[in-house]
Amino acid sequence: MHKIVNMNKLNPTLRRTLQCVILCSAVFAFLGAGDPASRFSDIGHQLMCICGCHQVLLECNHVGCPDSDSMRNELMASITRGDSDSLIQQAFVQKYGPTVLAAPTTTGFNRTAWIVPFVALALGLVSVSAVVRAWKNRPAPAIADGIKPPRGVELEQFREQARKDTEL
Amino acid sequence: MAAIGSFALLLALGLSVYSFLAGIFALIRQHDESSPRIGETARRAGVMIFAAVLLASLVLVVSAFQDNFTIAYIFHHSNRALSLPYKFAVLWSGQEGSLLFWSLLLAAYGFVLRLRYKTDPRLFAYASVVIAGVQIFFLLLVNFAANPFGLLGGPLRADGSGLNPLLQYPEMVIHPPMLYLGYVGFTVPFAFALGALIMRYPGEKWIHITRRWTMVTWGFLTCGIFLGAHWAYSVLGWGGYWGWDPVENASLMPWLVGTAFLHSVMMQEKRGMLKVWNMWLVFATFWLSILGTFLTRSGIISSVHAFAQSSIGDWFAWFLAISLAVFVYFFFKNKEHLRSEHKLESLVSRESSFLFNNLLFMLACFIVLWGTWFPKISELVQGNKVTVGPPFYNRVNIPVALLLLVLTAVGPLLAWRKTSLESLKRNFFGPTMGAIAVAIFLMATPPSWGSPFGLRPWQDMTYFYSLMAISLCALVTFTVASEFYRGGKVISNKTGQGMFASMVQLTHRNTRRYGGYIVHFGVVVVIIGIAGAAFNQDKEQEMGYGDKATIGPYTLVCRSYTQDDKANYASEWAIMEVYKNGHMIDTLTPERRFYKASQQTTTLPAVRSTLADDLYLVYEGQNPDTQKPILKFHLNPLVMWIWMGVWIILAGTILALIPNAQAAVRVPAPRLVEHAAPVATGD
Repeated sequence: MHKIVNMNKLNPTLRRTLQCVILCSAVFAFLGAGDPASRFSDIGHQLMCICGCHQVLLECNHVGCPDSDSMRNELMASITRGDSDSLIQQAFVQKYGPTVLAAPTTTGFNRTAWIVPFVALALGLVSVSAVVRAWKNRPAPAIADGIKPPRGVELEQFREQARKDTEL
Repeated sequence: MAAIGSFALLLALGLSVYSFLAGIFALIRQHDESSPRIGETARRAGVMIFAAVLLASLVLVVSAFQDNFTIAYIFHHSNRALSLPYKFAVLWSGQEGSLLFWSLLLAAYGFVLRLRYKTDPRLFAYASVVIAGVQIFFLLLVNFAANPFGLLGGPLRADGSGLNPLLQYPEMVIHPPMLYLGYVGFTVPFAFALGALIMRYPGEKWIHITRRWTMVTWGFLTCGIFLGAHWAYSVLGWGGYWGWDPVENASLMPWLVGTAFLHSVMMQEKRGMLKVWNMWLVFATFWLSILGTFLTRSGIISSVHAFAQSSIGDWFAWFLAISLAVFVYFFFKNKEHLRSEHKLESLVSRESSFLFNNLLFMLACFIVLWGTWFPKISELVQGNKVTVGPPFYNRVNIPVALLLLVLTAVGPLLAWRKTSLESLKRNFFGPTMGAIAVAIFLMATPPSWGSPFGLRPWQDMTYFYSLMAISLCALVTFTVASEFYRGGKVISNKTGQGMFASMVQLTHRNTRRYGGYIVHFGVVVVIIGIAGAAFNQDKEQEMGYGDKATIGPYTLVCRSYTQDDKANYASEWAIMEVYKNGHMIDTLTPERRFYKASQQTTTLPAVRSTLADDLYLVYEGQNPDTQKPILKFHLNPLVMWIWMGVWIILAGTILALIPNAQAAVRVPAPRLVEHAAPVATGD
């Protein structure tokens, strides 16, 4: 059974924050429906030139390139026809193969290209947190007899004194 | 000549093998009477490797100067009309020569190390053996797999095939040596680390020695990477400086790990922590340098810069496997020696910030490695290759870079062991307010003021990233400035000197810390330059005589076209007048060259750089239908900041290498005590 969150029961600050997040998401979601020139630039930077120069389509400038001009014309024609971004990309993939896309898609195995960095980040954060916790729980290093290291309030007093002396 | 070169290489190989084996013998049988003498001969043989490899390199360079086309390498990479500096650059222009150059630089590093052996004879003896081992690998390559002195069969050729036109640019005489000094240099910290691991080196002295070598090497690699970026910008003509090509990635990976090491090494020096981690970082930096070379030489990954596919990749694969096995063996054998007993006192401390700093650097390195290898992985798993290009790296790595900027701002304000939240608030409040003010200013100003002004982050994700980057750069700048100010104020109050003189004195007293801050500031300047890419504009236009084109605040008028014919190349270029606010401010001449020996055509962009933007013109050729020349115009804001930032980074690095000046403080003589109690170690 689904539990519906009643916004009115939330803490006012949290409620306001949630509203801001939703508003910002909506603003970003409705962005991107640009003019033909900006669409040409956006999609053109998501495609590669297939001549073997390994450059993004709109950045391929190698002298006498046999492919980039015709690819750009195709792209402009598709945009003028009113094709959607995904349709244009599909058409290019069908014609030139998957390497024409400048980045992996978010489908099938290609999804792992995008997921793995975040998994690595999560694993890294867990590892660092574990290390920090382990080090924090370590017993203090043994100190020679007769020396009492300052602790608590006394330590803070020494630190404050050091700050005053150095004005830092 | 070729015979002398070949002989010198064989001699160098023999000396390396002797230095390696005799060095190992002397270290294993250190209690034998003859051991010191054998160790000394190993060291001297190591010194002589440099002389032999230098001789081989000189032979190759002289052969290029003499147009000795009986040597296949010279025939393929030079020609008679090539100017002298580029004939010198022939040494590293092809696979065989660049491997010889690599051997030369490694021998040079080994030469310096072996001359400085008195610093710590035993540790240096271990490091010398490791370097000799690596040297053997490279000398085996140039002797048996990629010999630069191979002779050309058939009749004697009148002229050579010429140097790749893209390499005929002044920076190409500096960029590869700098990059290779960086790559090769990481062998030295690795040699010290492995030596210290094998001999179970007591104390942290090895890490002091290693740190200095790493900083020098890191400086070279930084310089090499940015020279490469500047070369790409000035020569390739696509208007950018970084394309996330596998070869570029190969240079970035050791740089990222090396940078992580330069931060985490402070934890070991100050607190005795992260000994295992640092050992692995040093190894990873070295290993990634070799991996990068493997990527470019094996042909396993497609790249604009890659050398021809050859069997040499197998050699590198074996070397990578052997070096990993050796390191892993000694690590597990002696890992108890690296155990650290120190306690982390607080989460809000410099130690914690370094841990997260290292996490982010390693993550950035992993993303680059993952993106570079993913096409190959995809081919293995799903049978077809995919492209992993700039959109992937920009989308994944930019957030990581922004997080690193946050840590760069916060880190210096955190004290070792523990930082009170009050002091953090006190020191952080001003810089944070400053950064917020910068962000508001950038959003509130009218767009007509120029590219980074009038930023509307809600219009485009790139604008959002750009605003975040510039604001965080402001935050870092304010924290760095506040560190200098507070330190300078303390000295000024104590000595009565002016603030500037006090800050200079402060820097002299702790060059490493304040040199590091200057490096951070340089990084900030570089990132501001990179953030400018969000506002790039470009257009393409046919330009007849007198035609006009407008881009940003500039109007360009085509005044004329002209041609020239030189011994090495024929060229044609446009003469473009640049107007701003109705006044002519410059004349630019974008050029297109046809190199006769290699029968290749290239473009040479004309760039007008200012602090605000770069006007970048490319002469693309003629429209076959209208016969009118086509020009491409790029307006790239803030690019000059990148190159300025690099100079600041290098200045900071050099400063950090200078020993500290002693503070002129009178300290009363301590009273002698009969029984001094032992004191806990710490910083």
